[in-house]
Amino acid sequence: MSAGPALSPRARRQTAIPGFGLAFGITLFWLSAIVLVPLLALLLRPFELGLDGLWASLAEPRVAASLRLSFGAALLAAALAAPLGLLLAWAVVRLRFPGRAVLDAAIDLPFALPTAVAGLALTALLAPNGWLGAPLAAWFGWQVAFTPAGIVVALLFVALPFTARTVEPVLRDLGREAEEAAATLGASRLQTLRRVVLPALAPALLTGFGLGFARAVGEYGSVIFIAGNMPMVSEIAPLLITIRLEQFDYAGAAAIGLAMLLLAFGVLLLLNLAQRALRRGLA
Amino acid sequence: MNATEDPRWFRALLALLAILTGLLLLALPLAAVFAEALRRGWDVARAAILEPDTLAAIRMTLIVAAISVPLNTVGGLAAAWCIAKHDFPGKRLLLVLVELPLSVSPVIAGLVFVLVFGLQGWLGPWLQARGIQVIFALPGLVLATLFVTFPFVARTVLPLMQDQGRAEEEAAATLGASGWQIFQRVTLPNIRWALLAGVLLCNARAMGEFGAVSVVSGHIRGQTNTMPLHVEILYNEYQFAGAAAVAALLALLGLVTLVAKSVLERLSGRRVSGAEGAPMRMLTVVSGGLLLPFVQV
Amino acid sequence: MRSPIRSGRRALLAAPALLALPARAQRPRELLNVSYDPTREFYRDYNAAFARDWQAQHQQPVRVNTSHGGSGRQARAVIDGLAADVVTLALAYDVDAIAERGLIARDWIARLPQNSAPYTSTIVFLTRKGNPKGLRDWPDLVRPGIAIITPNPKTSGGARWNYLAAWAAAQRHGQDPEAFLAQLFRQVPVLDTGARGATTTFVQRNQGDVLLAWENEAHLALQEFGAERFEIVYPPLSILAEPSVAMVDANVERRGTRDLAEAYLRGLYAPAGQEAAATHFYRPRDPALLAKNARRFPTLDLVTVDGAFGGWAAAQRTHFSEGGVFDRIYRPGR
Repeated sequence: MSAGPALSPRARRQTAIPGFGLAFGITLFWLSAIVLVPLLALLLRPFELGLDGLWASLAEPRVAASLRLSFGAALLAAALAAPLGLLLAWAVVRLRFPGRAVLDAAIDLPFALPTAVAGLALTALLAPNGWLGAPLAAWFGWQVAFTPAGIVVALLFVALPFTARTVEPVLRDLGREAEEAAATLGASRLQTLRRVVLPALAPALLTGFGLGFARAVGEYGSVIFIAGNMPMVSEIAPLLITIRLEQFDYAGAAAIGLAMLLLAFGVLLLLNLAQRALRRGLA
Repeated sequence: MNATEDPRWFRALLALLAILTGLLLLALPLAAVFAEALRRGWDVARAAILEPDTLAAIRMTLIVAAISVPLNTVGGLAAAWCIAKHDFPGKRLLLVLVELPLSVSPVIAGLVFVLVFGLQGWLGPWLQARGIQVIFALPGLVLATLFVTFPFVARTVLPLMQDQGRAEEEAAATLGASGWQIFQRVTLPNIRWALLAGVLLCNARAMGEFGAVSVVSGHIRGQTNTMPLHVEILYNEYQFAGAAAVAALLALLGLVTLVAKSVLERLSGRRVSGAEGAPMRMLTVVSGGLLLPFVQV
Repeated sequence: MRSPIRSGRRALLAAPALLALPARAQRPRELLNVSYDPTREFYRDYNAAFARDWQAQHQQPVRVNTSHGGSGRQARAVIDGLAADVVTLALAYDVDAIAERGLIARDWIARLPQNSAPYTSTIVFLTRKGNPKGLRDWPDLVRPGIAIITPNPKTSGGARWNYLAAWAAAQRHGQDPEAFLAQLFRQVPVLDTGARGATTTFVQRNQGDVLLAWENEAHLALQEFGAERFEIVYPPLSILAEPSVAMVDANVERRGTRDLAEAYLRGLYAPAGQEAAATHFYRPRDPALLAKNARRFPTLDLVTVDGAFGGWAAAQRTHFSEGGVFDRIYRPGR
């Protein structure tokens, strides 16, 4: 697929910097060995079922429900992560308070913490006898762990650094000039925030949303402990992949994997179009 | 008060909310791990970590990281150098492919290697006939880890390389330097701190990966278990304190990574985050980019 | 006194020894037993005993490695190339699946005595102490407000035994078994992928009123978490669970471990193996030993898969395959 345009670059390359061939060779070899060939298996294997079989395998109500759950929960988690990420980024960039540096470093924690550890920790916290789960159950009668809500919390945890870290540099670069200009023109603070700051941050927020979503939708390690794993209710698509594998249904497992990949790209494509429209609106 | 300043109370409220979010979502889970680990006392935690199977898991994790991180560093640097310092058709596509593993579920990452190297897969029977074990052995663990951590180094150094432009490299080329000399003497020194931070993140993820290695590990005690997998095993053997102790060790590793990264950021005067990369570009690349090369080029 | 050969070897091994185990005079022969979830404790003991006996008889050190997980997942791993010398799984179907791929001889079940199941077990109820909901028999489970913990039959061997026991009991009580199971699974709040995960959910996370568990798993939970917190309830009727063991012919051939694997499995039927099984709450096949432990293993009415379901292949096809009864239970709109 990539071979056509990519293989004859030497003749057409324009820069004067030497050494391209070797670096490109390493890159291409590396990429093919680690990523492309294995993914090719994922692309081809489902078609062993034939088109009808592939379709039947994906039209299973359990598969449909798990895909709905995975994508719904990931979208919701990313949607929650966007304002929270904005809040964290704003606090780190614009505010001065004790503990700011710690908070700044802590934002990357979900990134550095192994997902299984995060899953165990969140489950212990939110289980009906956990530090947070017990009061939530006693005061509000809410149960978070072992329900779809628990899945959203786990996904929020993994998606949060993506939104925060995407907005942060933009906020830093934004500077105060535009806001000051708006103020000189007599805008109120609220107007300034709504008309100047938010539009400038919107593309980054959307990007962060997309990245957080992409990360969350395939998440397995942190979700599996907290989900409850009920078919049709709290069974995520990656879990269904492993379940199919355990039933020796390789093609069926690969089919769900392929569907997830395509759907994720569909969502990202839509976001990309939205972002373009947003930019055009701004220009 | 003017239109560029928020009222004091509002700023205080925001700071409070931010701290609360940080505490609830970030600090509390971490605290839970350490509390659980030390609940039965320091000695139990220490004993759990010094147990031979745990030590074997730690050793396995270190070996896997020691193999996969350098390999991905070389691959990532090569890819970033190609993209930042050279022009070639299909560049966008390359960028997409480099970042592709980020949006692939870890379970799928494990699955693809089963599909290729498993006994029911493409190469499995051929490999077994020659006595080569790939999945359920070290090579499989390394491959799955390589896949998952593939984009990290490239993503952390690429934005910096792009910002720095090509003037220095081109000057060196005019003076007759070879490609390797230019890379080693000009590009590398400019990105060294970012590179180190990227390697750290790559390492943290390599040691902490669960989903992908779980599919290809085989879970043989003392042999093909990595630390995250061993956490699950201990947990399943009702050794909750032991599981939490190993988890705490992993969490500690994450914390050290964060601190080291902060120090490196100070040194390089630039923020490096695995979650950031080149934010504005990323989305365009992942989504539109995947389709565009087929349409445009 | 150390022989010169040995110390020379030691020097050679000094560098890698930093990473490896301490150098030994003779490299131990290795055997890999791929097993299911609740056998961890049993095989830890049996492996040590086996290694000791083999060393005594053959002057050869042996190390038995184990891998545990959901029975289906473990069978899948062996099919995908996990180099197991022996498999000791939760049910015959999973061994059949491996045999179907040609890794185990088709007639494996007849190669060892008693359906190649050296120990048996059954399915019991584990309730909170004092059995506060008064659960005595299967129909009690589907009373309103009872939360049941059981793993997913698609992934867990134990869960399949749970399911079939419930099915047989419903039939015995003259109820429509499919409706009974649909109701039962409607009352399951957490569906773990393995038996061990389900136990943890019930015991540690405090979910549910009753855990459907292997008899041995229930006893182990009492032992680990205290008999003052939980109680084992024997329903009048349950199922005879026969966890199967088999040698993986393709792998022992390749690795040259047939003698070791053979002795390992035969040893499970020998007095020491039977004793270890009984210690870990598996019902031994040896009638004398079973009689000696009669207080531990009360007699109850046990149906068999062959008798009630026409064998594992049929049971699997009807109930657990894609689109089978279990999938129907989880169809929306029911």
